[in-house]
Amino acid sequence: MGEDTESSKVNHSFLRDYVTEADVISTVEFNHTGDLLATGDKGGRVVVFQRETVVGHKPKGELEQVGETGESGEYNVYSTFQSHEPDFDYLKSLEIEEKINKIRWLPQQNAAHFLLSTNDKTIKLWKVSERDKQPEGYNLKDEEGRVKDISTVTSLQVPVLRPTDLMVEVRPRRVFSNGHTYHVNSISVNSDGETYLSADDLRINMWHLGITDRSFNIVDIKPANMEELTEVITAAEFHPHHCHLFVYSSSKGSLRLCDMRASALCDKHTKLFEEPEDPGSRSFFSEIVSSVSDVKFSHNGRYLLTRDYLTAKVWDLHMEKGPVETYQVHDYLRTKLCSLYENDCIFDKFECVWNSSDSVIMTGAYNSFFRMFDRETGRGVTLEAWRETSKPRAVLRTRRIYTGGKRRRGDVGVDSLDFTKKILHMAWHPEENIIAIASTNNLYIFQDRVSPDTQGPDLGSNTI
Amino acid sequence: MRYSYQRRTCAIARAKMFPKGTKRKFSDSREEPVAGGEDVNQSSLAAVRMLSSYSLQRQSLLDMSLIKLQLCHMLVEPNLCRSVLIANTVRQIQEEMTQDGTWQIMTQALSAANAAAQCSADRLVATEVLCRQTEAAQGEQVPKPFPVVGSEGCPAEEVLEEEEEAAAAEVGMTMSTVSPQAPTSYLPGTFGMDPCWEEEETGEDDDDDDEEEEEDSEECGSGSEGEERERDSLVEDTRTAEQVFGTFEIKNPAPSPDPALEELFSDVDASYYDLDTVLTGMQSVPKMGPYDLLESLSSHGPSPLSSSTSCRSDLNELDHIMEIIVGS
Repeated sequence: MGEDTESSKVNHSFLRDYVTEADVISTVEFNHTGDLLATGDKGGRVVVFQRETVVGHKPKGELEQVGETGESGEYNVYSTFQSHEPDFDYLKSLEIEEKINKIRWLPQQNAAHFLLSTNDKTIKLWKVSERDKQPEGYNLKDEEGRVKDISTVTSLQVPVLRPTDLMVEVRPRRVFSNGHTYHVNSISVNSDGETYLSADDLRINMWHLGITDRSFNIVDIKPANMEELTEVITAAEFHPHHCHLFVYSSSKGSLRLCDMRASALCDKHTKLFEEPEDPGSRSFFSEIVSSVSDVKFSHNGRYLLTRDYLTAKVWDLHMEKGPVETYQVHDYLRTKLCSLYENDCIFDKFECVWNSSDSVIMTGAYNSFFRMFDRETGRGVTLEAWRETSKPRAVLRTRRIYTGGKRRRGDVGVDSLDFTKKILHMAWHPEENIIAIASTNNLYIFQDRVSPDTQGPDLGSNTI
Repeated sequence: MRYSYQRRTCAIARAKMFPKGTKRKFSDSREEPVAGGEDVNQSSLAAVRMLSSYSLQRQSLLDMSLIKLQLCHMLVEPNLCRSVLIANTVRQIQEEMTQDGTWQIMTQALSAANAAAQCSADRLVATEVLCRQTEAAQGEQVPKPFPVVGSEGCPAEEVLEEEEEAAAAEVGMTMSTVSPQAPTSYLPGTFGMDPCWEEEETGEDDDDDDEEEEEDSEECGSGSEGEERERDSLVEDTRTAEQVFGTFEIKNPAPSPDPALEELFSDVDASYYDLDTVLTGMQSVPKMGPYDLLESLSSHGPSPLSSSTSCRSDLNELDHIMEIIVGS
């Protein structure tokens, strides 16, 4: 393969940067309070981080509550567990990857935390709970749990709870299996607190959190004749407030809002959001780049945010004929589509997120860049998540892609972009300006203070 | 049926590479005498080249897409979304080619060229089967049928490197044999392809193109292999292949040797999307990964392409090798 002539040019730096495939982060999600951050990786593991609680003096000498999070709360590893194992489909003789596709937290109801994690086929409900006390003084068992010889028991004692070191226990509470023939790409917890949906390429199912042996199929776009298949489901989400509404996106760039009150099977949409194609810019790649990779409701439930290959769009739920805002994420790639098609980068699925007030949207790009767009001004900024340039408490500097005109120092040329460093997964704290960015096996957490300074503790590899 | 379609496409590619009387510029060590027919080709070449650059690029995109569809990683179930998007692209190109009439030209050229390409096919089969056995196929590759780099940023003329010149020559030849006037609809930009093929201003392009070419050649190494297999299948005896791979079930309608357009499209639709069966059929014997294309292509029944009886000896050799592998 031309190695003889190219040996002198072989770049060995990849050996230094070798990343275990299993450590690549595949999903990131804050819980509803933002105190916990969960990441899933390709090896089927879930790592949960907890925000440090800082007990400090409040101004004006007010009493502070124990455990109140202070300003400089950093995220530390809270728990790690193996969520999914590699599996094998005997019927089709195909492996089932253990990669965690999505994690969603349930709203907290008691001291324990619950999260849903899914791979391609199976969804699991995990209970994450703390234990800081342990019963001691059993009559029939000794300290290690072995059964005592009864003859040695001479008196009765009452077991007491003694404080121990904090232990975090994670237990699988439900396993929702055999619900999907195709690969699960989304899960979404309903606002009713009892149900959730899971979407694969062709179907969407609704489950009850307490029932694992059956689910309702609410969307089915599988054609009777698979030869006629031209469109697949790419993402789905429940409305944040209305428990009967959900949206799903397709590979043709359309969004469908469905109302479960209308019928049991929501194949017929209530609203169809589609932007008419610009005939002037049509190319063979038009359809591929219009495929929506992620859809998110805004926190107020009035808007939808979608991401396709080159843009991020904001849609008003009341207007179906087109988005109200369109943001160019990396338009300089428009002339590179053929190469990106060749190396499969054109199929990368980028996620997008809202900030807590729905005024800023964020999405990822290549070369470890990610973009934020201020909806009020319409302006975007490019930031970088890269270890070399991110020291703790360093200010994130904005980057620029050089596309012509005067070239400034630090500008990155389009042809020197590293397409292997892609920012696909990210999350925004539900209340504060804290963002979590996943870049291959690294997790970056950036916090925004009242001042424009941003600090970025690098949490490094996920294999803690 | 995507396999059948692919077979024809690659048959065309192969036919274009080894048509009777055309000098192959990219051939490794073999040298063919230049026949008299080349003069005509050369004269029409320049005229047709520019007009055919769009169709060339379109063809390359088609080939690339077909390769992508084939080379899914069969350990894990392939990404359905990606497959559907690629298939839609293929379909779009097909429709456009049908409207242009290119499709008709291709199929005519195929049947015309096939009659001439019999003998070279024999040699090919033997060589390639042996190459595959020793895994030395990469070095001996005839170049990939699709120009990988040029599409990105350079104008049509500059893009054409040696390989592409040869390919263009063949396209030129093909078109000139069919009709003297070149269809005007092949002007680049008509179908909005400009954004993709647009030229970049800076001079850095060449270096970057080289880099791209490197990584592309790595990527397409396996793609070329796929091409190989498809060429093999052209002369594959279906009956013997079915004996070997009797347990497989690639579902498809009764294969039709008639290269009429409608038949072709019905073939394309027929079994491609039956992914479940396809995957099941393919995965029944995982070891047969590289050969499943072979059998699936051949399972489409006799075609006007594989009629040469002189290939029998090579086919027996092929069968023998297949049996060894199946036995292992």
